[in-house]
Amino acid sequence: MRLIVDHITRYDYERPVRGLVQSHRLTPSVFQGQKVISWQVSVTAGQTGEEGGETPGLLGAEFTDGAGDRIQGWRIAGPATRVTVRVQGEVETADLAGMLKGHREVINPCAYKRETAMTAGSAALEALAETVSDAGGQLSLAHGLSAAVSGAIRYQPGVTHAHTSASEALALGEGVCQDHAHALIALARLRGLPARYVSGYLFADSSGAAPDSAAEAAHAWAEIFVDGLGWIGFDPANECCPDARYIRLASGFDARDAAPIRGVARGGTAGDEFMDVSVAVLSADQ
Amino acid sequence: MGVFFDEMNGSGGGTRIPYARLEEWLATMPKELRSLKQAEAEALFRRIGITFAVYGEGGDPDRLIPFDMFPRVFSAAEWARLDRGVKQRAKALNMFLVDVYGRGEIIRAGRIPANLVYQNEAYEKAVVGFVPPKGVYSHIVGIDLVRTGPEDFFVLEDNCRTPSGVSYMLENREIMMRMFPGLFRENRIQPIDSYAEILRRTLASVAPVKCKGEPKVVILTPGHFNSAYYEHSFLADLMGVELVEGQDLFVDGEFVYARTTEGPKRVDVIYRRIDDAFLDPLCFRPDSMLGVPGLMDVYRSGGVSICSAPGAGVADDKAIYTYVPEMIRFYLGEEPILKNVPTWKCAERDDLKYVLDNLGELVVKEVHGSGGYGMLVGPKASKAEIEAFRAQLVANPSNYIAQPTLALSTVPTFVDEGVAPRHVDLRPYCLVGERIELVKGGLTRVALREGSLVVNSSQGGGVKDTWVLAE
Amino acid sequence: MLSRTANNLYWIARYMERADTVARLLDVGSRISLIPSEHGYRSEWDSLLQASGMAEGFTAKYGDPVQRNLESWLFFDRDNPSSVASCLTSARENARIVRTAMTAQVWDALNGAFQELRQLERQERSSLDQSTLTEWVTRQSALVRGAIDATLLRDDGYNFLNLGYYLERADNTARLLDVKYYVLLPRLDFVGSGLDNYQWSTLLRAMGAQRAFHWAYGGEITAGKIADFLILNRQSPRALITCIAGAENHLARLAKTYGKENAAQTLVREMMTELETETVERIFDEGLHEYLSRFIGSVAGLGSVIHEVYLGGEVS
Repeated sequence: MRLIVDHITRYDYERPVRGLVQSHRLTPSVFQGQKVISWQVSVTAGQTGEEGGETPGLLGAEFTDGAGDRIQGWRIAGPATRVTVRVQGEVETADLAGMLKGHREVINPCAYKRETAMTAGSAALEALAETVSDAGGQLSLAHGLSAAVSGAIRYQPGVTHAHTSASEALALGEGVCQDHAHALIALARLRGLPARYVSGYLFADSSGAAPDSAAEAAHAWAEIFVDGLGWIGFDPANECCPDARYIRLASGFDARDAAPIRGVARGGTAGDEFMDVSVAVLSADQ
Repeated sequence: MGVFFDEMNGSGGGTRIPYARLEEWLATMPKELRSLKQAEAEALFRRIGITFAVYGEGGDPDRLIPFDMFPRVFSAAEWARLDRGVKQRAKALNMFLVDVYGRGEIIRAGRIPANLVYQNEAYEKAVVGFVPPKGVYSHIVGIDLVRTGPEDFFVLEDNCRTPSGVSYMLENREIMMRMFPGLFRENRIQPIDSYAEILRRTLASVAPVKCKGEPKVVILTPGHFNSAYYEHSFLADLMGVELVEGQDLFVDGEFVYARTTEGPKRVDVIYRRIDDAFLDPLCFRPDSMLGVPGLMDVYRSGGVSICSAPGAGVADDKAIYTYVPEMIRFYLGEEPILKNVPTWKCAERDDLKYVLDNLGELVVKEVHGSGGYGMLVGPKASKAEIEAFRAQLVANPSNYIAQPTLALSTVPTFVDEGVAPRHVDLRPYCLVGERIELVKGGLTRVALREGSLVVNSSQGGGVKDTWVLAE
Repeated sequence: MLSRTANNLYWIARYMERADTVARLLDVGSRISLIPSEHGYRSEWDSLLQASGMAEGFTAKYGDPVQRNLESWLFFDRDNPSSVASCLTSARENARIVRTAMTAQVWDALNGAFQELRQLERQERSSLDQSTLTEWVTRQSALVRGAIDATLLRDDGYNFLNLGYYLERADNTARLLDVKYYVLLPRLDFVGSGLDNYQWSTLLRAMGAQRAFHWAYGGEITAGKIADFLILNRQSPRALITCIAGAENHLARLAKTYGKENAAQTLVREMMTELETETVERIFDEGLHEYLSRFIGSVAGLGSVIHEVYLGGEVS
C-alpha cells in the first residue's frame, strides 16, 4: 500500500522564545514492512502576526540509535512565537502481520522489561494479566493480553491526558491509543515478556476500524518480544496487529521515551506553550 | 573481632620498614608543636577553601574535612602490586562496558545474568550501539580498597562514574610538604602532582572523531551550591580548563559550544561532574535545568566526548560488583590481582537465609546506596538496630547485599591523648584514556572515632596524606 | 572567557561599589538630619530613600524613618537587596563562583570583608555607631579595590571588573547629585542660603571629595561648581566624565583583545563625545534633574548593551 503523510505540529508561545532545541524521531523505521519513497522534515520559526518572516531551523546531529530509530537534532534561532514542524512523505507499506522483520537494532530485548511510571504495574493490572493463559505459548499469550486491554479500556478521547499511567487508564476504563499501549506494555512485562511503545501513523479508510480516524492518524501501539519470532506489534485500540495501514517511526519504554518530537525552549519561561497537531494520512492507491 | 593489622606496627614485632623514619619524627614532636601544626594545617585548608557540605545535614556549609597529619605509607613493592591490580580492574570494567552496550558477549557466554545488566537502572538504553572514543566509558576509575593483612587487599567497591575526593589527595600532599619539608627530604616519597596533567592528557586523548586540532576540554559542574564545587573549580584551575555550568553550553548543528565573551567557542571534551539523569533534558530527565538540551544527540553522532560516558554506572553497581573477577577472567584471561570481598546477594534465597541468620556478624548495604548511609554494621549495632534492619531486609531483600565485617587495617593517627590506631581505607584514582595511568598515591580515609569502621566524611571520617616510597 | 564568569566579575565590582555608596548615603542622611530644617527629620530621610530607590521596602517594613531603623535597613537588612550586608554577601558569593579567575589577595579581601561582616552582625548594635559602620565599609571597599589593582592580571577579566566599577559609580554619583539638587532642597529661594551650602558640603564630604573640591575650585560652594566638579571635571575620580572615560578605556581594551568592536564601543564613544562637549550652563538650562535622569538612563542602556554583547552569551 502506498501511504502519503502530511503531519504538521505547530507550537505557539505566549512570549517570544530566544531559541529552541529539538530532537526528532520522525523518520520511518527501516524494515521489510515499509519502504520510503520520499520523506522530508522541515522546521520553521516566525513571529505571530508577521507573515512571510519564517526562518528555517538548522539541522544538526543525525544518526541511528541502538533501537534502530533515526534521530535528528534541530536548532531554531529566536526570537520566535511560532514554530512549525512539518513532515511530508510517501511510504510503500506491506502487511507482515505485525512482525518487525529485517529491522536492525542492537538493544537486548531484556532491556525492555524495565518499568516506568507510566507503565508500572498495579494490583488491577496484575489481576487482568492473570486472566490470560499462556498455555498456547508466548504468541498466544501476547494476543490474549492485547485482547484483554481492548476489552478493559474503551476508546474514548478526552478522558485521559498525556501523563495518565496504565493503571489510571485501567481504573477509568476509558482512554486513547496511548493508554491502550501503556496498559498492554504493563501487562506483558508483568507476564515476563519484554514490551515497548511504538509511535507512528495510521491510515484509516472509510471502513477503518478506528472510531475517530482523523484524531488517531498520529498513532501509537505496542510491540511485544516473542522468542523465536522477535518483536511483534499489537494495536489494542484497533484490536489488530499493525498491517499495511501503519507506518512505524520510533520506539521506547513509554510514550515519553518514544515521543517523535522532544524539545526545550530557551528564554520563554514566563509564557505558556500551546501545541496544535494536524495529521493526514492518505492512500496513494485510491 | 580478632586482632587488627596495624600498618606501622604490624601484628606485633616492631615497626614495619616503610614507617621506620616516622617513628623518629613522632618522637621529635611534642604535644604543643603538634597542636600548633594542626592549627596551621586547618588555617591553610580554610584559606585554600577546601570545605565540603554534607547532604541533608544542614549546619555550616563551609565545614572542613578533618585532616590527620600522620601519613599512611606504602613500600614500592606493596604499591607495585596495587598498581597492577587497580589497572587490571579498570581495564576489565571498561571492556565490560563496551561489551554490554554492544554485543553482550559476557552475557551470551552465561558469565553474568542478563537481567542484572539489562534491567539495571544504570543501564542506558540511549547509548546502546555507540562506542565512545578509544572504547573508554570510565575515564576516572576510583577503586575503594581495604587491607586486612600485610598481603591482603580487598576491593570494597568500584566507582566508574565521577569519583570525588582527588582534590583532597592533592591538597593533603601540598599541606604536608609545606608543613614538614624535612619529612620529604628524609623519606623518598613519590610525587603525585602530575595527576592534573595526566588527567588533562587523558581527557584530551578521548576527543571525538570530528575534533581536529587541539581538543578543548571543560569541566561541567552542577554549580556552586554543589558540595563538591570546590573540587570542580580546583581541578579546572590545575588543568587550565574552563569550569562550566549547563547554562554556559549550547548545541548548534553537530557540535557543542560554550558561551564566551568572544562569542561561541566549540567544546570537544566534557568532564562532567553531574549524573546521567541531568545531562540532557531531551534524552533523560525532562525537568533537568543542569544539563544541555540536545547534548546527547551531539554525543551519539560523535561531535563531543562526555567523561565518564553516559551509562558507565552499570559497571559499578553493587550487584554487578560480585562479577568483576569474572570480567577479569573473561576479557583479560587473567586471574584477579585484587580480591573481592565475599558478598551475599539478598535477592537470592539461600544467601538471604544466611544473612538473616548471621546479621550480627555482617555488614549489610543497599545495592544503590552510597556515602555510608542505609547500612548496617552488625558487630557495632545494638540488638534493637539489628531487629529494625531485619524488618527492612525481609520487606525488600533484593535491595541489599551483605559482606563479612572486615578487619580493616589501622594506621597511627593523632588523637587527643596522643597517637592511636584508627581504621583506614584507600581510594586510588586510575585514569583511562589512550593509556591507563595511576599516580603513586591515593586518598586515605580514616575513621576518626575509636573502633569505628566507617570512613565516610559524612560519618566522622577524616583524610591522610598517602605516601608511596621510591625503591 | 566564559560569559558567565565575566558577568560574575562585573557584578562583584558593581556590588562592592554599591555597598560603598550606600554607606556614604547613610553618612549624608545622618549628617543632614543633624541640622534643623523646616520640614523636620522625616521628609529628608524619605527623600534620600526615594532618590536611592530604597524607600518602598523601608516603609513597608519599618514605617517611620528612625535613625536606628535606617541604619538597619541600609546596612544590615538582607531584605534590602542594596543594603551593605546584601551587597557584600552577593559580591563574595559571585567571587566564590569564580575563585579561579582572581588572585588569592582579591579573594582574601572579599572573603575577609564578608567574615568581618558576620562578626559585626553578631555584635551588640549599641556598640556600633553610624560613622564606624560607614568607615568600615569604605575601608573594605578600598582593600578590595587595592588588591585588584595590585595583583590582578590585566586580562579581559580585569576589564569586566572595571566596567562594573565605572558603571556603578557613574550611576551612583548621578543619583547622589540628584538627591541633593532635586530632593533635599525644597524651595528655590533656599539656593545660596546657609542650608544650601551645608547640604552641598555634606554631599562632598560623603563622597570623600570635600578637600579635592576646594583644591580645584576654592572659594564659595555653588551649585555650578559642584555640578562641574561631579559631572565634567576629569580630575574628579567620581565625576561622570571620569567614569565614562574609564568605561570607554576598558571597552577599547576588550575590543583590542578580542580583535573586534561592537555596539558597546560605539555607544560609549557617543556618551563620551557628549560629555566632552557639555557645559554646566547647558546642563542647568536643561535642568539638572532632567539631565541626570537622562544620564542614569544612558548608563543603564550601556549596561544592557554590555550584557548583550559580552555577558549574556547570546551572541553567535
